Amino acid sequence: MGAESCNYRAEPVTQTPLSPSNLKTAARPDALGRFGQFGGKYVPETLMPALAELEEAYYRYRDDAAFKAELDGLLKDYVGRATPLYFAERLTQHYARPDGSGPQIYLKREDLNHTGAHKINNALAQALLAKRMGKQRVIAETGAGQHGVATATVCARFGIQCVIYMGEHDMERQALNVFRMRLMGAEVRPVTAGTGTLKDATSEAIRDWVTNVENTHYILGSVAGPHPYPMMVRDFHAVIGQETRSQCLEKWGGLPDILMACVGGGSNAMGLFHEFIDEPTVRMIGVEAEGEGVLSGKHAATLTQGRVGVLHGAMSYLLQDDNGQVVEAHSISAGLDYPGVGPEHSYLKDSGRAEYYSVTDQQALDAFQRVSELEGIIPALETAHAFAYLETLCPQLSGSPRIVINASGRGDKDVQTVAKVLGNLQ
Amino acid sequence: MTSVSETFQRLRDRGECALIPFVTAGDPDLETTAAALKTLAQNGADLIELGVPYSDPLADGPVIQAAATRSLQNGTTLDDVLNLVKTVSPDLSAPIILFTYYNPILNRGIETFMQDVAAVGVRGLVVPDLPLEEVDALLTAGDAAGVEVTLLVAPTSPADRIQAIAARSRGFIYLVSVTGVTGIRTEVQGRVQDLLNDLRQVTDKPIAVGFGVSQPEQAAQLQGWGADGVVVGSAFVKRLATGTPDVGLATISQFCAELKSAITPLKP
Repeated sequence: MGAESCNYRAEPVTQTPLSPSNLKTAARPDALGRFGQFGGKYVPETLMPALAELEEAYYRYRDDAAFKAELDGLLKDYVGRATPLYFAERLTQHYARPDGSGPQIYLKREDLNHTGAHKINNALAQALLAKRMGKQRVIAETGAGQHGVATATVCARFGIQCVIYMGEHDMERQALNVFRMRLMGAEVRPVTAGTGTLKDATSEAIRDWVTNVENTHYILGSVAGPHPYPMMVRDFHAVIGQETRSQCLEKWGGLPDILMACVGGGSNAMGLFHEFIDEPTVRMIGVEAEGEGVLSGKHAATLTQGRVGVLHGAMSYLLQDDNGQVVEAHSISAGLDYPGVGPEHSYLKDSGRAEYYSVTDQQALDAFQRVSELEGIIPALETAHAFAYLETLCPQLSGSPRIVINASGRGDKDVQTVAKVLGNLQ
Repeated sequence: MTSVSETFQRLRDRGECALIPFVTAGDPDLETTAAALKTLAQNGADLIELGVPYSDPLADGPVIQAAATRSLQNGTTLDDVLNLVKTVSPDLSAPIILFTYYNPILNRGIETFMQDVAAVGVRGLVVPDLPLEEVDALLTAGDAAGVEVTLLVAPTSPADRIQAIAARSRGFIYLVSVTGVTGIRTEVQGRVQDLLNDLRQVTDKPIAVGFGVSQPEQAAQLQGWGADGVVVGSAFVKRLATGTPDVGLATISQFCAELKSAITPLKP
């Protein structure tokens, strides 16, 4: 007794050197769930066996033919995949140079998925996993409500009891999604702690999981949280990038030049990026929410303004004060209103493989209107952040590079919020 | 100031069970916390867990969450908490165990943090969101600074994990009595007795039971099952936060004495 040797002798914190060979997809994350120094499992002991069980189940079913067949069938017939890769002709014209040349803009239409966003890819796959793990109850956190709706949807589809944690403030600004979740039989529990947004909803979901872990599966909605979530959620969304690759090949016989996506926790961006990380010619850009501007202190620009810390089970960039207290994020978009970010994004940033920038609420609102008017597509406010960065990016580009933007969600849920800001449009 | 291990050893020699109250630093204010530490030590507390308020206390239920929120709204910082310990600890008979989440430690730097807390007289450390896999650096720094880092065992921990945690935990082993967060429960789950027995099979280190223990009868039951210590948190935090600080202090003094008496076998 008292001996130091044991099966769980943890390795020292691994810090994978940032060399091109370590960027290989297969090497991320390592066995401890680390992407370089990021990731890991920082959770109460009560959850550790559940994370091990989940990891084991994921590895078992990931390559299981019956699981894959069921998932692929539902992605096709229930979700409506594959989603189109659409050439945004008028948006392209908008950014064309006087001689007519300029970047060619394509949209990966995740907004056309059932429930209106990419979130269902992951929710569906995790629900299938929960069923196989024998869990009778599912919980989830939600910010904009898109992940909550996706989770409520798949729980209705499989007859699983469903509880969604949502910040009180978010319930107000996303009332339509609250109604949709309840309509499908989910219980939506308001979270009043903190500022009543996604961070607080996630904390409350984790507390529920700690308490009910023996019969409950937690469908975490982003590439955040403790291992194996960042890896598993990424893999369940990787279909976005896989389809994009084959659609690019079909349309022009090559790769895209630039990928662009908004980043809150970062699931739609990882879903698009993952397939192309080992393709050095493909530039990757993630766009964060700068809220009222970095100087105002009211923003959610975690990667560009944060410092390394631990939140919700993972080490990653984090918005925190001098004392290591997590600070509240701010964004007009509920889905980006989060002070943390998925650990793999932190890794891709530090390694230089992906670039991250931020745009303000106002820039996002302008893009929301611009894309609506030019393409007849109302993007989610989250997605509008990615579109907004075109304003900065396009003038910097030479030639006619092909840009693929992940149109991660549709904006129907946001029209009330936007109407409040813009007033009645004439 | 004696260490956490020495305190448990002394109690074990006397056949006593340790009472470990928990209070949140800075709730309702730092002066009251200082007074609480003193009166708890004078009324039967053998060790005291002092909670550093944190913005995202994942392992805590509503009572301690609310206390942390109030404390942070008062502007309490880690430096304030360390100054408080520095002032109080020289005259305190009960060693102080700091209860903090990991991010404030990481923010200061693990070694600096450990040196800073050791310098003000902290003797033990519990970090509820740092499981075995991530704890190495903290154990090393704690050993160097003379701060005993205690690890937690949960009802869900499988046997081989329990053994590994017991082997590496310093000071004592913190047995979480519920599958859940901190808070007041009306009864102790029967399986805690089995967990205590399982743990006893693999370690001779002291075992303290916490999370959900809130009544003298529960504490007595745990003492009867062979626990070396009981941690009572939310029940103290709630009492201290009820009424004026003076009323709260009087209430927790009496409650502390009742708990200690409940776990102290009558001398012949």
